[in-house]
Amino acid sequence: MLRYILQRSGYMIVTLFIIVTITFFLMQLLPGTPFSNPDKLSERQLELMEEKYGLDKPVPVQYITYIGNLLQGDLGLSFQYEGRTVGSMIGERIGPSALIGGQAVVIGLLLGVVLGVISALKHNSFLDYGSVFIAVLGMSIPSFVFAALLQYYIGVRLEWLPAALWKDYSHSFLPSIALSVLVIATVARFIRTEMLEVLGQDYVNTARAKGIGEVVVILKHVLRNALIPVVTVLGPLAVSIMTGTLVVEKIFAVPGLGEQFTLSILVNDYSVIMGITLFYSALFIFIVFVVDILYGVLDPRIRITGGKNDG
Amino acid sequence: MTDTILSVDNLDVSFQTYNGVIKAVRGVDFDLKRGETLAIVGESGSGKSVTAKSIMQLLPKKTTMIDEGSITYENENLLNYSRKEMEKIRGKEISMVFQDPMTSLNPTMKVGKQVVEGIRKHQSLTKKEAYNRAQELLELVGIPNAKERMDAYPHEFSGGMRQRVVIAIALACNPKVLIADEPTTALDVTIQAQILDLMKDLQKKTGTSIIIITHDLGVVVNMASRIAVMYAGEIVETGTLEEIFYNPQHPYTWGLLQSMPKMHQDRSVPLIPIKGSPPDVSNLHDGCPFAARCPYVMKVCHDHVPDKEQVSETHSVSCWLQDERAPRIKQPDFTGGDHVVQTKTR
Ligand SMILES: Nc1ncnc2c1ncn2[C@@H]1O[C@H](COP(=O)(O)OP(=O)(O)OP(=O)(O)O)[C@@H](O)[C@H]1O
Ligand SMILES: [Mg+2]
Repeated sequence: MLRYILQRSGYMIVTLFIIVTITFFLMQLLPGTPFSNPDKLSERQLELMEEKYGLDKPVPVQYITYIGNLLQGDLGLSFQYEGRTVGSMIGERIGPSALIGGQAVVIGLLLGVVLGVISALKHNSFLDYGSVFIAVLGMSIPSFVFAALLQYYIGVRLEWLPAALWKDYSHSFLPSIALSVLVIATVARFIRTEMLEVLGQDYVNTARAKGIGEVVVILKHVLRNALIPVVTVLGPLAVSIMTGTLVVEKIFAVPGLGEQFTLSILVNDYSVIMGITLFYSALFIFIVFVVDILYGVLDPRIRITGGKNDG
Repeated sequence: MTDTILSVDNLDVSFQTYNGVIKAVRGVDFDLKRGETLAIVGESGSGKSVTAKSIMQLLPKKTTMIDEGSITYENENLLNYSRKEMEKIRGKEISMVFQDPMTSLNPTMKVGKQVVEGIRKHQSLTKKEAYNRAQELLELVGIPNAKERMDAYPHEFSGGMRQRVVIAIALACNPKVLIADEPTTALDVTIQAQILDLMKDLQKKTGTSIIIITHDLGVVVNMASRIAVMYAGEIVETGTLEEIFYNPQHPYTWGLLQSMPKMHQDRSVPLIPIKGSPPDVSNLHDGCPFAARCPYVMKVCHDHVPDKEQVSETHSVSCWLQDERAPRIKQPDFTGGDHVVQTKTR
């Protein structure tokens, strides 16, 4: 198991390195320059600026410098904000994003599981069709549509919750809910399919034949086994939440990482774009890694084969 | 206290499906005596599992219709029991072993825990006591290193060992009735014999009454004292082991016996399969369900269902050949007695 984890960590670093390289060179292809008004700058001023940020050097040299700095944990300086490091900017912005993303996952998992379980237990009933319908809607309508609807109806018309900005905790509700819709829908659909599959298994009847109550059978035998494969969608879900925050934070004016990212793209703030891209990639790779380990922990069949193959 | 512990009377079970109603079990009648082993034999799809699951009430509530009949256990009709009341019966009074040991254990739960679960449901033991009892049970069913194996998961066991675990689970609370639904069908021949021996052994120790379901008459020879032959949802013939093997009356039973390999038979003599396939139970018409495949079919067979006739006190059959107006026919040769002699001398 330990060897397995080490091996996976090695892969993670290699993957991350490849992502750094690709993003770095893609960034060179972006049109425009990071300086807000290049036309108004004199030739000399531009040269000075480029020298300051190291943009006068050939691209391969810039790349090596960047990697060198990165290895020391230095993501560079922002072009847009004088004297701000990318690292400190991410640190400052991560809080709100983590809060709404985390809440979206928690709400999504809880409601998704409940909806999926009801759907499976009331298979082919009105309730089932209802929740399948909701799930399909949730999966096909992008989160910014929900964001806009929630903002207008709940925030502006009904005034139940703050419509935008980031003042106190209650400001996190609407963005979290908007982001969670996709999670609810995905998890509900997945749980429903898995539950139906498990409900048809012989071992469920073995459990019932022992005289165990139906609630315990559902929780301990059916749901537990149905939940394992759901772990596999956590990776893709994390991605959709990350991309979701880009737009949702913009709509609700949440001072999060996503909003910073969109801002930076608009003004070609190379180093910040790079930094945030790397941060998102690292986070995603880490989640996939955790999911992998978790899958092994939850499913004894995988745990054992993993152990045998990897020492 | 009567000597009948479980009796199924005139049971009709049908399923509501998209393709219409399937009448899986029709008018099934049988008694199980205390301490005996009754075998239900029949082809795939004849309704054996449905009968067993109706006793345990494990059929899906929404689509199953038990239109008629009763299932009497210790003078109570189980069909009138609520879900809660049924939970007290399952595992404690009546247990069931399923066909495929590869799928009948929960893959993500330790084997020991799966045994403990049933024990704790029905007996007020502490965790520790239940755990010890579970370990004893695993030893009883012949699992080596029971103590260590308690913490193993099902995939770490072979098929035969898993079926032993399933049997341990079924016997955990000393049930009075054990229903074994094709307990050896999914296993190798040598393992089959071991499992059957184990069941016989345990029956001797505990006095449990057993219903063993199989499509293989060979399995029955060493186990059962009485046999019910099932065809297309009906019991077409019932009798003691000797009556079914020495004096079978139903052409379907003849077919079963002929298609069975004999102990002392010359291997060059081919086995004779029963021609045709079982009828579609969603589309049954009047008459005897076996009529379409029966070599001795008469006109009446297609139009009217034969009544149940008593051949002896313990032997009954539903076949028009029993009617006094039917022609006397010579029974085919099925040297079935072979097997019985074998066991009797053992
Ligand atoms: N839940 C169900 N819904 C609909 N039809 C069912 C259901 N369970 C069983 N049946 C049908 O009932 C008939 C009898 O099935 P059953 O499982 O009792 O056969 P069996 O005698 O046990 O056969 P096998 O030897 O293959 O186990 C079959 O036609 C089967 O398709
Ligand atoms: Mg069956």
